[in-house]
Amino acid sequence: MSNAELIGQDPGWVIALKGVLIFAVCVFLTIMSVWGERRIVARMQQRSGPNRVGKFGLLQALVDGVKLALKEDLIPKAADRVVFVIAPIISTTACFMAFAVIPLTGQVNFFGHTTVMQMTDLSVGVLYVLAIASVGVYGIVLAGWSSGSTYPLLGGLRSSAQVISYEVAMGLSLVAVFIYAGSMSTSEIVAAQDRLWFAVLLFPSFIIYAISMVGETNRAPFDLAEAEGELVGGFHTEYSSLKFALFFLSEYVNILAVSALATTLFLGGYKALPGLGFTEQWLGGWFTLVWFFVKVLGFFFVFVWLRGTLPRLRYDQFMKFGWKVLIPISLAWILFVATLRVMFQQGAPQLVVGVFVFSIAIIFIGINTLLDRKKVDVAKALRENKSSDPDFPVPVIPNSRTEQING
Amino acid sequence: MINFALDVGTTAAPESYLFYVLAPLSIVAAVGMLLVKKAVHSALLLAWVMVTLAIFYIAQEALFLGIVQIVVYTGAVMMLFLFILMLVGVDTSDSLVENIKGLRIVAIIAAVGFGGLLVTLISRATFGRPVVGLSQVNAAGNARGIAEQLFTRYVFAFEVISSLLITAAVGAMVLAHSQRTKSQFVQRDLSVARFRKGELKDAAGLPSSGVYALHNAVDVPALLPTGNPAPTSISAVLEARGDMIDSSKFELKKEIEEDK
Repeated sequence: MSNAELIGQDPGWVIALKGVLIFAVCVFLTIMSVWGERRIVARMQQRSGPNRVGKFGLLQALVDGVKLALKEDLIPKAADRVVFVIAPIISTTACFMAFAVIPLTGQVNFFGHTTVMQMTDLSVGVLYVLAIASVGVYGIVLAGWSSGSTYPLLGGLRSSAQVISYEVAMGLSLVAVFIYAGSMSTSEIVAAQDRLWFAVLLFPSFIIYAISMVGETNRAPFDLAEAEGELVGGFHTEYSSLKFALFFLSEYVNILAVSALATTLFLGGYKALPGLGFTEQWLGGWFTLVWFFVKVLGFFFVFVWLRGTLPRLRYDQFMKFGWKVLIPISLAWILFVATLRVMFQQGAPQLVVGVFVFSIAIIFIGINTLLDRKKVDVAKALRENKSSDPDFPVPVIPNSRTEQING
Repeated sequence: MINFALDVGTTAAPESYLFYVLAPLSIVAAVGMLLVKKAVHSALLLAWVMVTLAIFYIAQEALFLGIVQIVVYTGAVMMLFLFILMLVGVDTSDSLVENIKGLRIVAIIAAVGFGGLLVTLISRATFGRPVVGLSQVNAAGNARGIAEQLFTRYVFAFEVISSLLITAAVGAMVLAHSQRTKSQFVQRDLSVARFRKGELKDAAGLPSSGVYALHNAVDVPALLPTGNPAPTSISAVLEARGDMIDSSKFELKKEIEEDK
C-alpha cells in the first residue's frame, strides 16, 4: 500500500497526535540545537561554550527560553500594532507547516494502527513546501515594516529579497529531482531513491540546493539580513520577549525544515545508509526515525560549521552569486538532465547518448578554459601596470631595531 | 492524496464546513481591502483573499492549481506589491491630479463594463446540478491534466502571453536602467586619490568631529593639539548654514585654572 493510501485511512485522533508529535519534536530539537550550536561553535573557537546549567550545560537553552519569556514585551510607539503582532505568528506557523509533508519513517505500528509518520502525502508535496516558505517571507517583511523604524525596514527588505531570490535557485535545483523521480510527492521521491541517492545521481542539483538553503534561511555566511555591524538585529530589532522568541524558534525550525527537505529529496529520506538496509526493520520500523534525524542533524552540523568558518558576504556579491551564478548553472543543468532523461526514455542508441554527453563535456571544458585564460590575461595586465602604482608610505618593516623612547 | 471533495458533485461535509468558514472571511477581507486606509493593510488583505482562493481550489480537487496560486500570486506578485509600497513610504498619499487627460472617464467606463461583465457571468450560475467530468480530467493527476491542456490545446495562447510578459519586463528594465558614462567612484578610488593628489597628512582620512567626552556631536569641530579648532573635521555645509557650535567653550582651560 502506498503512503498516500495508508495516510488516507488514518482516523482523526492519529492525525491529531501526529501533528502534536511533530510540533513537540520540532520545539525540542530547536532547544537542543541552540545548545548544540553554541557548544560546537565554541569548540571550533577553542572555548568551552555553555557548561553551567545542567550536565554539559544541556539545560542552558531551556533556561534562556524561560528568561526570554519573562522579559518585558515592548511594542514601539511608531509600530503598526496589528501587523506587529501578526508578523511573528505568520513566520512561526509557516515553518511548522512545512513538516506536514515530510515522511519521517517507513511503515510503523502507531498505537495499534499501521501508518507512516507523515501528516499528509500531497501529490505536489515539494511544491507545497515552497509555497509555505513563500508565505513565511511575509512574516519577515511585515515585521520589518511594522516596527516603524529604519534598521528593521532595511533588514526586512534585505532578508525578503534574499529569500525570494534564493527560492528561485532552490526551486530550479528541485526540477532535476522531479524529472528523475517522475513525481513531486515526497514519499514517491524517497521511494525513487531506493537504489541510488539523488545526492550522487544529481550532484550539481544537490550542491545548488545546499547553497540556496543556507541563503533561504538567512544563516551565516548569508546572514546579511541581521548583520549586527550594520543593521543591529535586522527585521527583529524592535521585538522583545515572546514575540522575539517566536522569530528565534521559526529560524531554527526553518533550518530543520530545509534540512529535512534536503534529506528527503537527496539523501534517501528515512531510508538507511546503503548496505545497512536490514536496520530499517528494527523496532518494528521505528528505527528509520533514527536514520532520518541522523541525516537532518548532519545537515544542521554543516550549518553550524559554515557559521564557525566563513565570514559574511557583501550584499551585492551575494545577490550577484544567486542571480548570475546559481540560477544560470541550474538552468543549464536542467536542460542537460532533461535531454538525457528523454533520450533514455525514448530508447536512444548508446552511441547517440555517448556523443551527446561527450560534446556537452567538450563545450563545458572549452568555456572553462576560455574563462581561465581571461583570468590569466587580467592578472598579467595587472602585473605589467605595477609601475604606475602610487608609492604609498609603507610602515617600517619590523625587523629593524626599535629605539627605546621611555628610557 | 487526501480526497477533500469526497463525492464529486455533492458537497461533502468537510468541504462545506470549509466553505462556510472561509467564504465569509474571504469576502470580509475583500471588502476590507477597499476600505482600509493604509496601503500595506490593503495589500495584506488581498494576500489573504488569494490564500483563501487557493484553499478553495484545493478543496475542489485542483491541488496543483491551488499550490501554484500561493507560490505565484501570494509569494511573488503580492510580495512585489508589498515591497514597492514599503519603499514608496508609509505616509505618502495618492495624488488626485489627473496626469493623463480624460483618464477618469475611461476608468469609470472600464469599471462599469467590467462590473457588468461580472454580474452577467455570475447571474448565469446554476445551482443544484451535478458536476460532470472532474474525475476524467483529474484521472492522471491535477498537475498532468493542467500540463496537457497547457502544452497541447492552449500552447499558442500560453506562448503569446509569456512573450508579452517578457517583453513588458524587458521594456520596464530598459526604461528604468541608466547607462553609467563613468565608472563608479568607489572606496578604493577614493583611497588612491588621497595618496596621489592630496597631501600626505590627509592620507589617513579627515579628522572626526567633536570634542572628546564633552560634546561629541557632528556640529562641533575637533580641537587640534595646539588648541585651535580643526576646520576639516566638520562639514562645510554646516559652517555655511551657521549650524556650527564654537568648540572653544568645551576647552578645559577654565577648569584647570580653577584647580590651581
